[in-house]
Amino acid sequence: MVNGASPQGQPVFRVENVNIYYGNFKAVRDVSMTIPKNQVTAFIGPSGCGKSTILRCLNRLNDLIASFRLEGKITYHDKNIYDPDIDPVEVRRKIGMVFQKPNPFPKSIYDNVVYGARVINYKGDLDELVERSLRRAALWDEVKDKLKQSGFSLSGGQQQRLCIARTIAVEPEVVLMDEPCSALDPISTLKVEELMHELKANYTIVIVTHNMQQATRVADMTAFFNAEATPKGGKVGHLVEFDLTKNIFGSPKQQATMDYVSGRFG
Amino acid sequence: MTPSTALPERRSRSPQERLIDRLFVRTTLVLAVLTGVLLAFIILVIAWRSLPAVQAFGLNFITGSAWNPVPGREEFGVFPMLYGTLVSSIIALLIAVPLGLGTAIFLSEDFIPSQPRLVISFLVELLAAIPSVVYGLWGIFVLIPLIQPVARWLHANLGWIPLFGTEPVGPGMLPASLVLAIMILPIMTAIAKDSLAALPPELRQASMGLGATRWWTIFRVLIPAAISGIVGGTMLGLGRALGETMAATMLIGNANQFQWSLLAPANTIASLLANQFPEARGIQVSALMYAAVLLMLMTLIVNILAEVIVNRLKAKYE
Amino acid sequence: MTTATLNPQVAGLIKRPQLRNWVGWVMTGLVGLCALLTIIPLFAVLGFVLVRGISRFSLTLFTQLPPPPGLSGGGFGNAFIGTIIVVLLGTLISVPFGVLTAVYLSEFSSTKAQKEVARWVRFGINVLAGVPSIIAGVFAYGLFVTTGIFGYSAAAAGVALAVLMLPTIVRTTDEALKIVPQEVRWASVGLGASNYYTTLRVVLPAALPSILTGVILAMARAVGDTAALIFTALFSSFWPRGLLEPIATLSVLVYNFATVPFKPQQELAWAASFFLVMLILVASVASRLVIRRQPMR
Repeated sequence: MVNGASPQGQPVFRVENVNIYYGNFKAVRDVSMTIPKNQVTAFIGPSGCGKSTILRCLNRLNDLIASFRLEGKITYHDKNIYDPDIDPVEVRRKIGMVFQKPNPFPKSIYDNVVYGARVINYKGDLDELVERSLRRAALWDEVKDKLKQSGFSLSGGQQQRLCIARTIAVEPEVVLMDEPCSALDPISTLKVEELMHELKANYTIVIVTHNMQQATRVADMTAFFNAEATPKGGKVGHLVEFDLTKNIFGSPKQQATMDYVSGRFG
Repeated sequence: MTPSTALPERRSRSPQERLIDRLFVRTTLVLAVLTGVLLAFIILVIAWRSLPAVQAFGLNFITGSAWNPVPGREEFGVFPMLYGTLVSSIIALLIAVPLGLGTAIFLSEDFIPSQPRLVISFLVELLAAIPSVVYGLWGIFVLIPLIQPVARWLHANLGWIPLFGTEPVGPGMLPASLVLAIMILPIMTAIAKDSLAALPPELRQASMGLGATRWWTIFRVLIPAAISGIVGGTMLGLGRALGETMAATMLIGNANQFQWSLLAPANTIASLLANQFPEARGIQVSALMYAAVLLMLMTLIVNILAEVIVNRLKAKYE
Repeated sequence: MTTATLNPQVAGLIKRPQLRNWVGWVMTGLVGLCALLTIIPLFAVLGFVLVRGISRFSLTLFTQLPPPPGLSGGGFGNAFIGTIIVVLLGTLISVPFGVLTAVYLSEFSSTKAQKEVARWVRFGINVLAGVPSIIAGVFAYGLFVTTGIFGYSAAAAGVALAVLMLPTIVRTTDEALKIVPQEVRWASVGLGASNYYTTLRVVLPAALPSILTGVILAMARAVGDTAALIFTALFSSFWPRGLLEPIATLSVLVYNFATVPFKPQQELAWAASFFLVMLILVASVASRLVIRRQPMR
């Protein structure tokens, strides 16, 4: 724990002294934090502060970028997921991801939901899985009559909930959300936020958001990241403060956090 | 637009200038329309020249197998050449589609660093720059001797299959199809690669984020999403193969008779035209024009289909 | 951390031999093999053309006529000159048509009706680009040779090549004109300049490098084309005698001499191939470099 009170519940992730590089460029320096189980943890901060980068490290999605390199440890249930004996494909099956832009596959709604189940060679009843997942994502009533239609036929908000249904269909333990509402209208945003409240009973949720109100509405814990200029003219992100959401927004310990949450930020 | 005050003498144009201006715009319009209807004009000229043969032979021309230009006993049928055109193109596709798609996947994924990937893409495009007559020359002196042992082995061991039922004599369907495959590889690879590269990166991330492997992602998401580009490229390749003349005429053996065997000499419409036009007389010219109409129709249909399919792909991700 | 204390949640994350890993490696190997097989023919063709062409290469190739059957020596001087003549003819015909067509497409198609015309012209051009070169030859043959207007001639061959060059020239000029910034046109029109003045003096010069690139690409294709020439230009064993006479060209020379049983002729075919390939490779590499540089301007 870097700052503030200890989180309730047992930890899922421990991030320990993590530095992240893209080639020679250092993107994030020295981040340490503990992410608790069955809670919503929000990452906030200005653009370029590395919050999305950290998020993508939690399920090794950054491995898709050839120049990516990580120093330090990220443990998941006390096992470093960057150990050489870890299979990143299995990591991603346990730790799902919802992206900024809704990204359904160019397939039917049904095939979108069962995609992950087919990946893990799921033996159960697919129809039931589709209904269960879509119900949990609060989308079932809107699409139950058109499961064979393309995922693209839905509105932006529905597409994003479809992507959430697709992610939770494989029963991950953690759902990572990278600004899941930034492309949505206010009503869809509200629906997705309600969904997060319901999902945290079964899942651990980590969400990156640009919207501070959203963090106060959905998150139990909030981490504030900031970017600082490097002598070489680049920007490197770092963790400023991590605490209960009410502390971050009510009584932050750092001046930078205070400036940011009160909107006095450049 | 406000007139400039810097050059007041240009503000109003003289009548002559207006006329010239009008004429210029009109000229470009006329040339554009002429260019646009050139295709129709080409079809018209060839169809017009083929009329005597169309009247004389009708549809028997397509089903007939005799090609006899001896004056007084003329008889023309292009069935063997139609068959040869289609079969050589299909074999070329059977070879080039998997190779081209595999190469496209190799070049659109990060199996190797981007610098060597660019070099390989460039080399594949250079394949398209080599003139077909050079491929023909290479085919005669290098490829045919090279595959002769293979062809003999095929005949000796699989000769009971009609496709390998004749003694290989050198030129034939097989070497012609091989060179056709090489010639259509660049365009197919380029279009398949472009349509894979045009896919939004979110698709790949979504699939990998759900715990799919790279290859699962390629087969279940990327290829289906890029399929119209891949099919469009295949159609363009087919169009090329159908009309490709030099490689065929130099390697296929130019035998105007129908044979099942791929090792036997055969003929295509394009190579029939290349061979016979220089010395054709009378109704034979017209018969060749008729054959050219058939070739034109085949390539037009395939190319228009390809154009429509590729455009549909562009519309989808814009 | 020892494995003994591992949370059951984590046990499944450990790498173990799995079918999907093997499948992945095999597939990766297969596509790598595909790429290799695709570029092998390039090196095979280039290698043979180089080895067999260069040994016969000398300057006298360009100054002498091909030897009569059975004799050795000689060159492909007549075909070299002939190729220059027919390709220049094709260029002279296709460039004005192609460039002005592209000018209409990109500069003067603003109203709805004009846009509709432009759409159809573009469609026609795209389909024309897929027309086999032998069809261009058949067209010129049907239009000029069978009607007796020209007979077998350099002129008929030039028209056939122009048909093949036209789509490339229209497309590249169209693209080149689109890249010219709109401000350049506004600046000229704002000074009260007419359409033709703006187009000829301002827009076309600004796009000239890219247009030239397109023309060079089209000429490179024409230089290597054979099918359009076999029964329009025919062939000749003598020096070119005029635009209305049959004329020798390098590509037809390769075709004719590849299939004769005489060694000296075959050697000439390889030497001519070598020259053609070098010419076309240099042209396409150079034009690609120009095109690459374009967006950064």
